[in-house]
Amino acid sequence: MKNAVGRAVAHRLFWPLVMLVVLLAINVVAVPGFLSITVNNEGHLFGSVIDILRNGAPTLMIAVGMTLVIATRGIDLSVGSLCAIAGAMACSIILGSPTPNAVGTVTVAVLVALALALVLGLWNGFLVSVLGIQPIIATLILMTAGRGIAMLITEGQILTVQSDPFKFLGSGFIVGIPVATIVAAVILALVALLTRRTALGLLIESVGINPEASRQAGVRARGLLFTVYALSAVLAAIAGLILTSNQTAADANNTGLFIELDAILAVVIGGTSLNGGRYSLTGTLVGALVIQTLVTTVYTVGIPPIATMVFKAAVVTAVCLLQSPTTAAALARWRTRSASRAASPRPGEAVVSR
Amino acid sequence: MPDLTPAPDAGASPAPVVDMTGISISFPGVKALDGVDFRMFPGEVHSLMGENGAGKSTLIKALTGVYSVDSGVIRLAGKQVTFSGPAQAQAAGISTVYQEVNLLGNLTVAENVMLGREPRRLGGIDWRAMRRRSAEILQGLHLDIDPGSLLNSHSLAIQQLVAIARAIDVQAKVLILDEPTSSLDGEEVAELFRVIRSLKDRGVAILFVSHFLDQVYEISDRLTVLRNGQLVGEYLTHELLRIDLVQAMIGKELSALEDLGSRIHSAEKEATSAARPATFLAAKAISRKGAIAPVDLTIGAGEVVGLAGLLGSGRTELARLIGGVDHTDSGQLKVNGVPIRLRTPRQAIKHQIAYSSENRRAEGIVDELSVRDNIVLALQADRGWFRPIPRKRQDELAASYIEALNIKTPNADALVRNLSGGNQQKVLLARWLAIAPRLLILDEPTRGIDVGAKAEIQKLVYSLAENGMSVLFISAELEEVLRLANRIVVLRDRRKVADLPNDGLSVDDLLAVIAEGSVDPELESGVAS
Repeated sequence: MKNAVGRAVAHRLFWPLVMLVVLLAINVVAVPGFLSITVNNEGHLFGSVIDILRNGAPTLMIAVGMTLVIATRGIDLSVGSLCAIAGAMACSIILGSPTPNAVGTVTVAVLVALALALVLGLWNGFLVSVLGIQPIIATLILMTAGRGIAMLITEGQILTVQSDPFKFLGSGFIVGIPVATIVAAVILALVALLTRRTALGLLIESVGINPEASRQAGVRARGLLFTVYALSAVLAAIAGLILTSNQTAADANNTGLFIELDAILAVVIGGTSLNGGRYSLTGTLVGALVIQTLVTTVYTVGIPPIATMVFKAAVVTAVCLLQSPTTAAALARWRTRSASRAASPRPGEAVVSR
Repeated sequence: MPDLTPAPDAGASPAPVVDMTGISISFPGVKALDGVDFRMFPGEVHSLMGENGAGKSTLIKALTGVYSVDSGVIRLAGKQVTFSGPAQAQAAGISTVYQEVNLLGNLTVAENVMLGREPRRLGGIDWRAMRRRSAEILQGLHLDIDPGSLLNSHSLAIQQLVAIARAIDVQAKVLILDEPTSSLDGEEVAELFRVIRSLKDRGVAILFVSHFLDQVYEISDRLTVLRNGQLVGEYLTHELLRIDLVQAMIGKELSALEDLGSRIHSAEKEATSAARPATFLAAKAISRKGAIAPVDLTIGAGEVVGLAGLLGSGRTELARLIGGVDHTDSGQLKVNGVPIRLRTPRQAIKHQIAYSSENRRAEGIVDELSVRDNIVLALQADRGWFRPIPRKRQDELAASYIEALNIKTPNADALVRNLSGGNQQKVLLARWLAIAPRLLILDEPTRGIDVGAKAEIQKLVYSLAENGMSVLFISAELEEVLRLANRIVVLRDRRKVADLPNDGLSVDDLLAVIAEGSVDPELESGVAS
């Protein structure tokens, strides 16, 4: 029992999960019916938890791609701009089409947007792997230029679309579950399968931990880098389409603004080191849920909007502190000390922890 | 309890400056140190001996405050101390120079020597005082280098001495030298020992760790032997026979090593009488600017070719060309008579040529991956990511190599960074053996690892060659090269100076060639034309 507790505390997802539970508990206290899920008259699941799962979906998708990029010692700052580009591309095609409500039109729009993102992702991969530019700089280029590209596509306008099939992406339901949630879950599962059932995950981690040893072992880092940046871009585009569909408008300036930071945060909260190497997609899932729950908490608890950012920062600081090795060591020392204090006078009594 | 020899009369200062008693340290699943006693006297060189995993590094880290001890007492000059970090230990007069030089190559020598305690003036750094002070320290070590020069522009040996200069500037009472000689050549070692002796005369207590027995016997006054985290004993160097020391370290009879020697010796005789093996790899005048002048080299199937030469002679540089790690500027490589081009290690692997780097940590193991992942890495990279090796096959591979190479690890899932150096080296070897190479290039595979693992690796090389694998073997230890190689290629100053069949060569013969052998005239003229 003692060991089980110790192992649980030592697990890298322990503190993020605790944080998630604490945030949920705060919400339940503030709004007693917070966890209840009802079925509305259209047969859709309905409730705050469902909102978290739906609204957190875009961040999760991007964070999944970001996890792999970070595992290679990289980072992708361009994902927010890619959201805007994908949304702008899709909306301009739908608006330019005589049949905006046709499923065919929307399919074409989505595919073109994803293809464009793929090309841009390969561009990032090219800068990083072939030209050897540092990832933060390489993707900063597209982060900055991307909003401009989106602006060119929308010709400086906010493109509002009336297209039911497109709207379905962001606010539709399949068997009562939000489409966005389903898409995010499928992406998470597919990427997990892709990396863990093949050797992709092993090779990505290997390159992230020790690039030179990996090169000498015959690992082709170049192909891996192209793959992760392209995947990251495509996932960002999917997230961008969902965000745009939700707003029924492509806004070159604001779609996906700062979402790269939330995604990086989700990855870090999930326990994947920014130094690259071992990564955890489960961790990223928990991280994304923590961030979205945090946003919801701000509303349910009624924190004034002007204090929102500060509140968010405080929670993130807490999670990072709890996860840091230094804090862990300090906690371990404190536990041993209190354990030995408890143990010495009455050796027969149970000790709280190992 | 361990058997301590009675404290000898330590002359001028009989009280130990360091006195550690009953030191125990545990890591999850491992008792790294178990009730170890250790003491050091002023003006003495004390060698800490033991195989990898014996607890040498742990003991040093306990003394320098990197690890806190679970139980036991550390006394410094009679007073009990508890350091919560290396900085505190250093402030108390315990300085450490690690195996890997922990300096900043992009700063000047003076900046490195004075790093962290730069002389101050008016809130800024007093650069002139810094130059002067560092020049004085370097002078004290008879190191004739410009304090204003970049550290990177000096050889590893000089950098090592700069690290010592940096350490002794802190008015050290205790100086810890962890494998300071592992990358130095003979002359540089002599230079280092001169410095050590002068520090000794100043009354500094020096803890010396080295795998070179000759050096240990030359420099140290006292020995402490550890094995499996326990104290075997403390001895005066001149009272302990080498054979007894080695036995104390590995805790078993040396028959394994001697047996190997005789087996190989008889095999050598057979080999020399037999016809020359078919050529596997032939290099014609391969070179790389700034690394090695044009060299011819042939390696037969099943042949062990030794590369001998001093540090910086071009041994590693030549091996890296053949392993595809660096690419050649000129010349031609042929495998089984077919010309090939190697631009990446991957291409070399495709030709079944594996290069095992001398730099185990930086270029060999992937330390945060498991033993299993490390073993399958090269094989998996060769297959491509979309053709994963089935998990069952991975487990079989890992299990078979863990057994065959006697890798000491709790299980295949253990992270490689938690293994000792010798076991990390074996994991790296397993990675290369898993791709079934035709030519295995081993660059210093036994450096910095213990006697037992060394013997095992030597035996392995022997049996691999017996089974038809070609081996290019590099080692700074000439005895080892002589014991294993059928043929020895000697390099000096980045040129090949000799290609000798190994029949009846002695270390002295080889040393003479390394020191004085003439450059192959044919090649010289080839370069000129």
